[in-house]
Amino acid sequence: MAAKVSVKSKNGKVRRAIVVGGGLAGLMTVIKLCEAGIPVDLISLVPVKRSHSVCAQGGINASVNLKGEGDSPQIHMEETCLGGDFLANQPPVKSMADAAPGIVFMLDRMGVPFNRTPEGNLDFRRFGGTLFHRTAFSGATTGQQLLYALDEQVRRYETVDVTDDKGVTIPGEKMVRKFEFWDVCDLVIDDDGIVRGVVAQDLKTSEIRSFVGDAVCLATGGVGMVYGRSTNSVINTGSAAAVAYRRGAYYANGEFIQVHPTAIPGADKLRLISESVRGEGGRVWVPRDQNDKRKGKDIPEKERYYFLEERYPAYKNLVPRDIASREIFKTVVHEGYHTRPGVRAAFLDVTHLAKTPAAKHALRNKLEGVLEIYEKFAGEDPYENPMEIFPAVHYSMGGLWVGFEKNDRGGMKMGSPANAQTNLPGLFATGEADYEYHGANRLGANSLLSCIWGGMITGPAMASWRESVKGSAFDMDEGVFEKSAKRAREEFETYFKRTGSEFNENPFKIHDELAEEMLVKVTVERKNNELDGVIAKIGELNERFDKCAVLDTTPTGKMNQPAVFLRHLRGMLDLAEVIVRGARARDENRGAHYKPIFDPERQEAKDYTGEGAGKGRDDENWQKTTKAQYVGPKSAPKLSYEAVDVSLVKPRARVYKQASMDAAKGSLGASKEEPKGDVKAEAKPATT
Amino acid sequence: MAQETVTLKIKRGAGTGESTWEEFSVPLSPNANVISCLMEIRKNPVTKGGQSTTPVSWDSCCLEEVCGACTMVINGRARQACSTMINGPHGIAKSGETITIEPMTKFPRVRDLVVDRSKMFDALKRVKAWIQIDGSHELGAGPRVSPKDQEIMYPLSRCMTCGCCVESCPNYNDHSPFIGPFAISLVRMYNMHPSGKMHAGERLDSIMSEGGIADCGKAQNCVKVCPKAIPLTESIAVMGRETLKRALFGWLLK
Repeated sequence: MAAKVSVKSKNGKVRRAIVVGGGLAGLMTVIKLCEAGIPVDLISLVPVKRSHSVCAQGGINASVNLKGEGDSPQIHMEETCLGGDFLANQPPVKSMADAAPGIVFMLDRMGVPFNRTPEGNLDFRRFGGTLFHRTAFSGATTGQQLLYALDEQVRRYETVDVTDDKGVTIPGEKMVRKFEFWDVCDLVIDDDGIVRGVVAQDLKTSEIRSFVGDAVCLATGGVGMVYGRSTNSVINTGSAAAVAYRRGAYYANGEFIQVHPTAIPGADKLRLISESVRGEGGRVWVPRDQNDKRKGKDIPEKERYYFLEERYPAYKNLVPRDIASREIFKTVVHEGYHTRPGVRAAFLDVTHLAKTPAAKHALRNKLEGVLEIYEKFAGEDPYENPMEIFPAVHYSMGGLWVGFEKNDRGGMKMGSPANAQTNLPGLFATGEADYEYHGANRLGANSLLSCIWGGMITGPAMASWRESVKGSAFDMDEGVFEKSAKRAREEFETYFKRTGSEFNENPFKIHDELAEEMLVKVTVERKNNELDGVIAKIGELNERFDKCAVLDTTPTGKMNQPAVFLRHLRGMLDLAEVIVRGARARDENRGAHYKPIFDPERQEAKDYTGEGAGKGRDDENWQKTTKAQYVGPKSAPKLSYEAVDVSLVKPRARVYKQASMDAAKGSLGASKEEPKGDVKAEAKPATT
Repeated sequence: MAQETVTLKIKRGAGTGESTWEEFSVPLSPNANVISCLMEIRKNPVTKGGQSTTPVSWDSCCLEEVCGACTMVINGRARQACSTMINGPHGIAKSGETITIEPMTKFPRVRDLVVDRSKMFDALKRVKAWIQIDGSHELGAGPRVSPKDQEIMYPLSRCMTCGCCVESCPNYNDHSPFIGPFAISLVRMYNMHPSGKMHAGERLDSIMSEGGIADCGKAQNCVKVCPKAIPLTESIAVMGRETLKRALFGWLLK
């Protein structure tokens, strides 16, 4: 074995890889590294068991076809590409869909308490963007159960000894060392531009130190906190991704932010009400009479406007999320419908599914976790009264740019170091932190899958990288690492100089202002003049960031949340700029990115005198990945574009008004046939 | 009409240092919860008496009662700050009232409301709270499980290591090695699973030694405060029987 991959370095250190982030993607990467015999340092902002993956509710997609519908990974792949409006490179999507059944079986073996059929098989339910029952689930808290399963496996590795190349136990060294409540503040990059480690801060003591790693993976999730109140956890600021971006990593497709159709408004966050509610038969509606003041349950059937069902007779309430969100937005904001006067919401109704005690019990088994959230936070019984919901920012399709190597079957070549590697050599990214699988819009229940699949390819990719890279980080001069740590310490120290009267800005208020601007102008509908306004606003906030006070001058040695927040706010401002600049530049409609001037249905398109009014999706000019590159502080990112690999599924119009009945019977009908429907009436016709 | 407010009375301090109480007046917004009030305070860290102070430190993550991070002692009861609503049907305070917030007492305090619950995660290692799989490679479908068993295991799997059960447990403290109800309940879950069963004995042994199930004083507080309504006392009873069987007849298996 080459010396650089021996377990111990010359100076007696155990050679480790670094994984940052302990959600599904990070934990799966750790498991794969451990299985390859590579010890890991796992760094996480929170105890990994509290990672944002716990919030996933509905389930995980896998075409196991246990309902005899003729589902297959091929159809899963096609529907994922279609759902993503043909912005995802298709080879990675193919490999993910192919691996999905095996992934669900693995989770089952790990003890995830998936719901069962009477025969004891895994049960599957429907989700958006497909007519098949493809989603395995564990109540309505599937993310929690999946995260716990992987967390338990990683905890087991915390108890497994590291052995040297001769199989002798190295005293005191375990396969996994966890660093929880640690925040990444920089990357360690050597003179050849290779990432050799990270610098991180212990949030409990504010101590900053460097970590040496023969490969580094960021599995740090999405950027929902850029929007303040979203369905995301408070840790999802994208700070680690922003660190990488500032060090030269490309951030891809930032403008594609998924807005989930159904969430409960709250003062601190917008809580998700899972798509699985509609998968189990929940219906979205508004009272036909806009002056109706009755409670939802008192409004008779014929006075209800089931607008999704009327507009999309085939997929009904299970159209993909971008479409459902736009329709709810249009119906409530533009057409003036609502649940009751003065409330900006639509109803999501499951009361018809809970008419008998037996039916209610069955519903509870499948949806309890989410219906109980509604009961606790909205204070109403969703079994009795329809829920009031409105769309909310939910998921980042974009993320750090990563590569992949194709195999001869059109998928990804397992074990290639190109997989999941960013443009910074030695730095990998996976999970929601990458941009790889969901194109312009993610289908429900594909995120848990992409996270776990992401870990499954990233672990082996890091292992191969470790063998192919020049030298090991553990044989390098320690000076490089100390220098990086020192720089980070000095930067942190500068925060404490922010105490004079000129530092009159509160960073949490700056965040609020950023979030408000992003939430109103960079979500469901985007207008170029408004986006210009947001860019100007971010410029203003960047200036005011320099005047932010530290708020807490407690000397290091103790926890200091306000000082750490400055780092995260810096990252959010940088990534907000990436999102907005990408959105401003992209003049077309694709998935979650939508400008009314390109929708032929909208008055804005008819009034628009510029080029391409009402053109919808523009494959000729825009079927390409946005890559944002950091130029410098307070400068616009440099945008470049890269063609999308559409070698497997030919791009076509997205039509969810009807599917050929073949789909339900199990042929490829729905996904292969050219749609014959009223393309014009679709939210977003394509040009192909 | 004057702005409606509530007062948050918060116990503050770092590590083992002294504690002080600070009061903050917070405007009441619709759908407010304890977290949204704490968020208001950090935007304007000034006490009720008009004194400038540091923003309060607290631990939180998902804000929808599924991650377990934001447990605090609120008006004397351990619960999640996110699902503690101020107003509305489940609200805990009316305008003008005071809400008392303290960190949990059974764990080392880090700062203000943040505590270090590593001890709980260590307990999960001790009871081997995992299924021993051969590897993550493809090995075909998992074992079949009856819907009836799934309906027992699923609620147990929702334990988010939040600490409410141990905070309320009189037998869980600095002077006692008791591992706590949550860990015993998870042993029950893993021992029910078709492949988890294969290592059931090891897990039972782990709760039959010092600090194990025998240290439960049957106060039954745990089940009352569990935010996920996990049947903790039922789990302890079931494990009590299992450990007794193993104590009586386990030697036959050796």
